[in-house]
Amino acid sequence: MKELVVLSGKGGTGKTSLVGCFAALARSKVLADCDVDAADLHLLLRPSVRDKTEFWSGHAASIDREACTRCGLCESVCRFDAVKDFTVDPLACEGCGFCVRVCPERCIVMKERMAGHWFVSDTRHGPLVHAQLGIAEENSGKLVTVVRNQARVIAKKENLAHIIIDGPPGIGCPVISSLSGVNLALLVTEPTLSGMHDLDRVLDLCRHFDVPAMVCINKYNVNEENSRRIVEQCGARGIEIAAQIPFDKSIIEALVRGLAVVEYSPNGVTGLINALWENVLKRLETEEATHADL
Amino acid sequence: MVLSVASGKGGTGKTLVATNLALSLKDRFRVQLLDCDVEEPNAHIFLKPEVTGRAAVCIPVPVVDEEKCTHCRLCAEVCAYRAIAVLTNRVLVFPQLCHGCGACAYLCPEHAIAEQGKEIGVVEWGHSDGVDFVHGRLSVGEAMAPPVIRMVKQRIDPDKVAIIDVSPGTSCPVVESLRGSDFCLLVTEPTPFGLNDLVLAVEVARKLSIPCGVVVNRAGVGDGKVEEYCARESIPILLTIPLDTRIAGLYSRGQPLVEGMPEWRPRFLDMFDAILDRSGVRVKPATRSGQA
Repeated sequence: MKELVVLSGKGGTGKTSLVGCFAALARSKVLADCDVDAADLHLLLRPSVRDKTEFWSGHAASIDREACTRCGLCESVCRFDAVKDFTVDPLACEGCGFCVRVCPERCIVMKERMAGHWFVSDTRHGPLVHAQLGIAEENSGKLVTVVRNQARVIAKKENLAHIIIDGPPGIGCPVISSLSGVNLALLVTEPTLSGMHDLDRVLDLCRHFDVPAMVCINKYNVNEENSRRIVEQCGARGIEIAAQIPFDKSIIEALVRGLAVVEYSPNGVTGLINALWENVLKRLETEEATHADL
Repeated sequence: MVLSVASGKGGTGKTLVATNLALSLKDRFRVQLLDCDVEEPNAHIFLKPEVTGRAAVCIPVPVVDEEKCTHCRLCAEVCAYRAIAVLTNRVLVFPQLCHGCGACAYLCPEHAIAEQGKEIGVVEWGHSDGVDFVHGRLSVGEAMAPPVIRMVKQRIDPDKVAIIDVSPGTSCPVVESLRGSDFCLLVTEPTPFGLNDLVLAVEVARKLSIPCGVVVNRAGVGDGKVEEYCARESIPILLTIPLDTRIAGLYSRGQPLVEGMPEWRPRFLDMFDAILDRSGVRVKPATRSGQA
């Protein structure tokens, strides 16, 4: 079993649209949507939910106002400014429990909170594991790990060759959880100075965690000079360009109909995306299996 | 006034809106642009600020004095993040997991734990042709953006119009950036992805009790469902930016829209007037003579 994650650093470069295409093109796979705070892959795959599970995570302190003597110690030790007027702001509380430990009246308790749901679903392209983090909740990295573990369980049980992960934007906690231990990262970028700046940081992140990476330039014709610079810079870093795909409105036309573009039109970018998937597949075969196989 | 620019979905045009609004307002008000997308900050690409100051963002992580430590395990027990493990004759600290709450150092009965700053990012500030500029940058490999965001926001000047560029998503970095805003602009695109994530972003703003308005970017693609949603929820659409290769071209080269296409400046000013009306916040006009 091999794991592929699709990342970008910058949002909106086309990660989910491409993962939707890979879902249609890959033969034996489970899909994992790890953009748990703004998940979108379900809009292309239109899943029917097989199992829905609550995600309990994170704790927030809660003060018993009856027993509280208003000594203020909790407020003075809290480094997250979560205690004001002897009440805890659950959105600011990081769940460290420091206040619980120091309260002389023992009137603060930690309450576990339900921070979202995760789902195992069936789609026309096979199983999908996805999640929805509760609004303004934390611990997205932990929910990503839950989604990935579940995808591995399904891949093992159903003897599937690949796990294809749709990753979140950025380089922080949920991205690190999506990236760690995968066999290959496909980084989708666009030829804008912002896209290039963000690609550079996510390439550094892949190197930091020792994950091999390939780059796909999406909407390459928006600025062909910048696209050439991306090709040069990747060349200098020894990073393979897996595809260059032009801007194509049919990707959005397909999306409006709940389809990946490769299912919608045989013309335009579909041939290039087919070739991209073949390139990724070839590269995945050369990468050694990781601990996911154990 | 503190005005946040957020979106839920990435790549919808938050930075485009935040930087061009700042550049449009700078002749009328004293303006700050604070880039709180510390994982992938981009506003500096458009504003090209002269950086005049820089500070490391550190979180305090425990350092254990093995001489004093009796291996009582209390520190490991109190740590909610499993950042300390106590072996029979040794203490292991995992700084990557530490949130810097300070409980272990405070509670250690032997006073064997001190705290030492560990750098997780930087904050830089300066100015760009009449706009005060601040941004933060999380170090590659670090997981926690909120401490960097908090330090960027410490530089908010309440007498100025502070425009905050927020990261995509709906979780802790977004909440940290939005908290305390007087108004939130949500930038979206008229596609199913844009709508799905706009709905989530609206819920975040409502949970934080921040009034919001919408900017529709790349109008002309997709469908009309974003407009329908906004009408149903009584959320005002304050600006519509069409899908236009000239706008995309300027953006790709890091050139501000209001410089390449100055006809956009009054549209950003009108949007700001609508925001002032809706938020009820008053802002002092700039009294300074001449531009930097």
